[in-house]
Parts: sequence; C-alpha cells; structure tokens
Amino acid sequence: MEILVCVKRVPDATENEISVGPGGTDISREDLVYAVNEWDNYAVEEAIQIVDRVGGNVTVVALGDSEAEEVVRREMAMGAGQGLMLVDDAFRGADGLGVATILEAAARKGAYDLILTGAQADDGAAQVGGMLAALLDWPYASLVNKIEGEAGTLRIGRELEGGTQELSEIDLPCVLSIQTGINEPRYVGIRGIRKVASVEIPVLDAAALGLAAGAVGGAAAKARRLDYFIPAAGAGAEMLTGSTRELASQLVDLLKLKGGLH
Amino acid sequence: MATKVFALIAHNAGQPDDSALELLAGARTLFPGCAPVALVAGSGPDVAAAAGAAAAAFGEAWSFDQAQLAYPNAELLRPLLVKALPPGAVVLLPHSTLGMDLGPGLSVKLGVPYLPDVVGCQASEGDTLTVVRQEYTGQVSTHVQAQAGQGAVLTVRSGAFAPAGAGSAPGRVLDKSAEAEGLQARRRFLGVVAAQAGDVDITREDVLVSVGRGIGEQENVALVEELAEAMGAAVACSRPIVDAKWLDKSRQVGTSGLTVKPKVYLALGISGAFQHVGGIKGSPFLVAVNKNPKAPIFQVASVGIVADLMELLPELTTQIQKAK
Repeated sequence: MEILVCVKRVPDATENEISVGPGGTDISREDLVYAVNEWDNYAVEEAIQIVDRVGGNVTVVALGDSEAEEVVRREMAMGAGQGLMLVDDAFRGADGLGVATILEAAARKGAYDLILTGAQADDGAAQVGGMLAALLDWPYASLVNKIEGEAGTLRIGRELEGGTQELSEIDLPCVLSIQTGINEPRYVGIRGIRKVASVEIPVLDAAALGLAAGAVGGAAAKARRLDYFIPAAGAGAEMLTGSTRELASQLVDLLKLKGGLH
Repeated sequence: MATKVFALIAHNAGQPDDSALELLAGARTLFPGCAPVALVAGSGPDVAAAAGAAAAAFGEAWSFDQAQLAYPNAELLRPLLVKALPPGAVVLLPHSTLGMDLGPGLSVKLGVPYLPDVVGCQASEGDTLTVVRQEYTGQVSTHVQAQAGQGAVLTVRSGAFAPAGAGSAPGRVLDKSAEAEGLQARRRFLGVVAAQAGDVDITREDVLVSVGRGIGEQENVALVEELAEAMGAAVACSRPIVDAKWLDKSRQVGTSGLTVKPKVYLALGISGAFQHVGGIKGSPFLVAVNKNPKAPIFQVASVGIVADLMELLPELTTQIQKAK
C-alpha cells in the first residue's frame, strides 16, 4: 500500500506558554519549542505499522521551510521511506483550504492508496484532512482510532463522544484523519535521526505542483485570521500563594471545608 | 435579511440534541432577524418526532426520511446537503464528531468558506462574517473573517451560545425525503462499540483527583495515586494520560471520555482544553494546579495554584495524612 502522511511542525503545546505577540498579528514566537504535531506522529506510526503488515511505502510530506524539513526527517527516522517538502513563498498565509489544495496537488503527483493526516493541529481547526478528501473526491473518515484490512476496503474505527467507537468499512483510496491513542508511537533516538540525515528529500514548489502563484496563499484565503487576542478574563480562580508548605496547608483547609477529605 | 441559514440537527430517540437550540441561538446572533431552517435527517418515527420538535423551535424544519440515513453517516449527509441546499446557504453544524466529519468537505463541495469550532461571533455586516475561535488549546483567541455572499459552513462549539427557546407552537415540517434517494456512500456504517467500564466508576465519585500531562513521567502518577488514597478519593485523568497508556480509558474525563459530576475536583497538571472541561458537570469545587499561570483551567477553577506538582504533591499528601 502506498501511503502519504501529512505532517506539520508546530509549537509544542506541552512545553510552551503561548501568548500574543506585539501588535496582535501573531503569537509570540520567541523561545518557542517546536515539535511535530502530536496527532501527525500517531498517523506516521500507523502508516508504518500498516506497511509492515501488508507491504508498500510511507511518504511523509510537509509544507514549509528547512525547519519543517527537520520534522519530516524525524518522522522518516521512525521508519518512513520517503520524505517530500512543499516549499514556496506563494504558500505563505494559506488557510486550511489553501493547505489542502497544495497537498492535493502533491497527492496527484503520486499514486497513493491512502492518505493520513492528524485529526487536528495547533489551530484546532481539524479541517485539512476533510478538505483534502473532498478536493480529491475520495471518501473520508475523521478521528480514526483503528485501521484493519488491506486491498480495496479498510475496516476502520472512529472515536465518538464518550469514547464510543463507530465501526465502518471504507473504500480505497481514501483520506483518514488520525486520533491520538490509536497506537504507541515509537521512540526516535539521535541514532535514528543520524541514519536519515543524508537521505535526499525532494522539494516541490508551486510551479512543480502546477499551482498558480496567488491561488493558495494569503491572498486567496477564504478564512482570514484578523488578530490574536486574550479574551477579557472572567473572575477566574482565587489564586493561592506561599511556600509549598503554606500552599499545601491552605489547600488541606479548603478541602476539609468542601468535603474533599473522606 | 436574504441570507438562508440552516442548522443540522443531531437527534437521538426522536429528541433533538442539546446542540440544536444552541445552533438556533448562534444563527440569530450571526444574522439577527433571520429565519433559520432546521435540517433533520434520519429514518422512521424518530426523524418525524425530531423534525416536529425542531420545527417548533426554528419555525421550519426540513425532514429527510430514508432507511440508509438511520445512522448519521457524514459520507451520505454531505452529498445530500450539497443536493438539497439552495445556493448561498449558510450552514451551522455542531462542532461534534459528526460536524468535524462532515463540515470541512461540505465547505469544499459547496465552494464556500469554512469556519470551524466557533466560540462566539458578532452580527454579520453585509456578507462579512466575523467569528471568534481559539487556538493552542484555548491559550489564545482569534477573530476570523470570511465573506459569506456565496454561503458558508460553520461548526459551533458546545456551550458557545446559550440555548434559544424550544418554541411552543408547532412549526412547518417540509418532507424533503425525495432528495435522499439514490445516495451512495464509499464509507459504510457497520456498528458501534460502547466504551468499556473500568474497575472504578468515576461518574459516581464525589471527590476526584485528576491528573494531566503536566505530571511529566509515568512513574509520577504514583504521587497522584498516593494523594487520592490519602484523601479517600478516586483517580481520574485527561486524555494524554490515556493516550500514553498510563491509566485506563475508564478514568478519562472529557467529551471523548466520561462526564463526571463530583463535589470536589482536583485538576493536577491539566491545561483545561474545552474537551476536558466539557466532561466536568455540576459546578464542583475545582482546584487547579499547573506550572503555567496562563493555563485555561484557571479560568474555570474555584482555586488555583501555580506550582511544580513534584514539590506540592508529596507535601500535600503528608499534610492530609497528618490531618486525619
């Protein structure tokens, strides 16, 4: 099975406090720690496991620059055979549809049976996979937490509210967006990354993808982010302060009062 | 107001889901004075009952009654809506697992802007829609703008709008079932598997000590278990802890886990993404401990502490043991 996995380099939400940058046009990018989008990492692991089972190839694709390439290389070190970079100044400011359109063009350059994306990324929009499927006119399933089967049709599970799992069969080729927890992504060590450090990663620009400049970037965006802001806070929590011992002591008193100690 | 606004109604056993009246309120906020139409797809008496209830609130409902719509499959609903909706339609969906499945592709097939997971909005100015979204699990918000002259698709977060009234007079139900004939899906529904019950039912516990990603390492979960034992409480958690397989899925609080209604809830190292907070009901006394002072959990907590869990937890456990 030929599998394309779309990945994104994002600020690591576990390592960063995200704040609004000067002028409110972007988040503050100083001192941010970046990583592969968590959902995408599960998608790459799933693709590798499928290929281990039924044969084929995994290609990891990302939009962006040399820094995004590091993320692609890290994912290749997990066991993906190929990487692909989509790089062009004309891609700047693309909205979800723009990103999906660029990925569609890249997908049409290959002969993929299956495309995986993460269920969502740092902007929480959860949109690129579904848009990509619609552009390709392939069937789609979101929030996938189980994949079985091989040629022709896959048997998949989707995660619904309350942890219920919805089972379906879906025809190939298709696009699936992957939910976290579907597998246990393998650890990537320095050694693994070194192994793929010199592997050639092809780069395609707008012209190579057959995309007109201006068709997918900020100027073409249908959904425009005007600003970043911190909403006026409500009352919020009563914040306790003091030494560790004082904090614990205050908390014990409050828990007693509120019936938190049995 | 010429804009045609539609809302997809999720329903169960003939009753519209809570999202229905929230979408109605959202539609009225976005387009004051509009007459939004409820879209109700399903099969048999259930869809008739749900369409009747939706029509009472909305004034008008379109009913799509077809055997293969008995289960809401986005791969069937998408071509159905593309066929049935008039040009220029603005479609509101709940930001649910169904809305997320249906919405992005629907916007592409209709050729209109997509505004996902909307948490607020102002009234449209002409064709210009301006909505509020959140990014980075709620740490920052954004205004997003789109031109809805040709239509738009929005998904609306649960709780973003206070529900509109359910209506008392019967509304008009239009039978649009003919539009649903001959639909073909390349994804076919097989069945659902219910979540498995665990050794402890956290939905029945009064006091929950809930742990999130901020705990750092698997071995640190023991500190949380010791605290819970000292308190006589049950251990719960947020999603990343289950994804990492550190605790069982039956311990997970949130929209993709369990909905709990304790009296006291300790959120330890939990940032407070809406998917987690959405699973905490009944307004408990909520204590949040997080090293990030900007964590959204502090907005919903009763009491907050900015601290390192590794230092606070052992001290807290010791003091509770002494206090008993």
